[in-house]
Amino acid sequence: MEHISFPPLSRVAICGGTHGNEMSGVYMVREMQQKQKADQVGSVSITTVLSNPRAVDACRRYIDKDLNRCFTDDLLSAPVTDSTPYELRRAQELNAQLGPKGSQEAVDVVCDLHNTTANMGLCFIFYSLDWITMHIYKYIKSKITSAPVRAIQLDIPMSEAYSLESVGKHGCAIEVGPQPGGVVRADIFNLVKEALDLTIEWLQGFNSGSTFEGGEVEVYNMVKSVDYPRDPTTNEITAAIHPELQDNDFKLLHPGDPMFLKFSGEAVKHEGEELYPFFVNECAYYEKKIACHLGKKFNITIPSVSVKKD
Amino acid sequence: MSSYNNSARFNEARRVAIFGGTHGNEMSGVTLVNLWVKNSAEIQRKRVETKPFITNPKAVEKCTRYVDTDLNRAFSPENLSAPEGDDLPYEVQRAQEINRIFGPKGSPEAYDVIFDLHNTTSNMGCTLILESSKDHFNLQMMNYIKKAIAPASCLVLLNEHPLLKYSTSRSIAKHPVGLEVGPQPQGVLRSNIFEAMRVILKHALDFIELFNEGMEFPPCTVEVFWVSERIDYPRDANGNIIAMVHPNLQDCDWEPLNPGDPMFQTFDGKTIHYQGPGTVYPTFINEAAYYEKQQAFVITRRETLVASAIRKA
Repeated sequence: MEHISFPPLSRVAICGGTHGNEMSGVYMVREMQQKQKADQVGSVSITTVLSNPRAVDACRRYIDKDLNRCFTDDLLSAPVTDSTPYELRRAQELNAQLGPKGSQEAVDVVCDLHNTTANMGLCFIFYSLDWITMHIYKYIKSKITSAPVRAIQLDIPMSEAYSLESVGKHGCAIEVGPQPGGVVRADIFNLVKEALDLTIEWLQGFNSGSTFEGGEVEVYNMVKSVDYPRDPTTNEITAAIHPELQDNDFKLLHPGDPMFLKFSGEAVKHEGEELYPFFVNECAYYEKKIACHLGKKFNITIPSVSVKKD
Repeated sequence: MSSYNNSARFNEARRVAIFGGTHGNEMSGVTLVNLWVKNSAEIQRKRVETKPFITNPKAVEKCTRYVDTDLNRAFSPENLSAPEGDDLPYEVQRAQEINRIFGPKGSPEAYDVIFDLHNTTSNMGCTLILESSKDHFNLQMMNYIKKAIAPASCLVLLNEHPLLKYSTSRSIAKHPVGLEVGPQPQGVLRSNIFEAMRVILKHALDFIELFNEGMEFPPCTVEVFWVSERIDYPRDANGNIIAMVHPNLQDCDWEPLNPGDPMFQTFDGKTIHYQGPGTVYPTFINEAAYYEKQQAFVITRRETLVASAIRKA
């Protein structure tokens, strides 16, 4: 089996409130900052960040612009003027604090905490094939039994990667649902806490010289998004996610399976190849014209990894 | 000729309104009212004019609960009688306008019935909200709806508490009826929740039609959950919450909460137990909009009310 060594992963950033109404991350970061005990945990130094404080105060996803779409290379290097939206400024601040993106100074790992109204359980989201992130996913998947643990890979080059976790040398978003905006559910919070504790545990094991065996991991990727049926003149939606699709994220959708139920009573069916739906009925995606994403499932073989010994 | 000795008489309910978007991010009501504004066939009944109406259009456009202040708390006598002006909060201006169209509150000209459509993030299922234990017309309507949708459940929440009661948009009408269906996240439209609300309204309008045609409704009993207390989250000296609704209580609206049962869980995993004197029935458990109103859930007690027979005057 292939084996790859990496330098120690000693600087980790835990980010919450990137979307101000996704409450697990908001309360997790607050709790970690108050307890203060988590600055240095063995070989790992942890920075906690409340990514979008103004949105957190207002308990809204964002103030001017979705912060988690502001981290492309272009946007991070754009000049800031008086009229620059709040989140673009904030993204550049976060890039200075945790990055710069793509440089040697960037933190080793960024873990960005999110919630979704979709029934997605615990989901890792990352760009390309980052062996460190995928090992953390594999480790957590083997340990957590109270919820399904899955991974979604966004096949986007780093220069165009738009979300906060792309700032670190390694990064992932941890997306947990279902949870309504503005609500903190104890079961979801406890799951996020467990995932973070296991992440730190893995990093400490890695830094202390453990070898983590490779193998096959199951990952989803995105093929396309589907919008709601809309009225051609008013653009208003004319259907809701069908009851048979609602809450059935990651359950294979076959051609002919119902996707939407129109207010008039007819079902709209899925056409085309078999695909896996996720982010089904995510609140924030109505304005992005997305009812759900559809993707494929595949296996990736990951190498075994350990820390580079000098 | 009445079959019953003490049949309460009410005027025909000729003017009925259906309010949606009182909270702009509670999507079932917004969607249903928009649908019916375009095509009202489904809500037409003989002998009654039914008007669908978006109460807070600015909040609906922004998909937010409210713009300046909660519209569903804005219909107080002070607000309704305040001198008009652009400097008033948006929702107070709106309350005054709605009072002009559908009221005036407390007068003979006020609408007979207003249904106000709401969603909640709490696992309350279908809930009808009653504002007076003595409104026999409403009690009979709620009894009719409950029987019509059985075996599916529709519970009745009564908020008559002098301190906890609030000035709702529907309170303009002679017979205010709140419809609260959950769980549904704000800003999200769930098909099952939408259709459930639609069915309840269908039965409510059927009841009004039957009543207006002269049907006499015999005395009945209605089980209600009577609001008695509001319970806040445990907070620190700065007002930040320090615990969450406990996993054992989360989603358990309407189920008995006994002294000693888990109630909250701190962020570091400790349990806080309910210490009240007896068994209570919590609801509105973990409603998103109530964090800022200092409410984790409300406590109710189960009571049975007796509704007298009713028929039209």
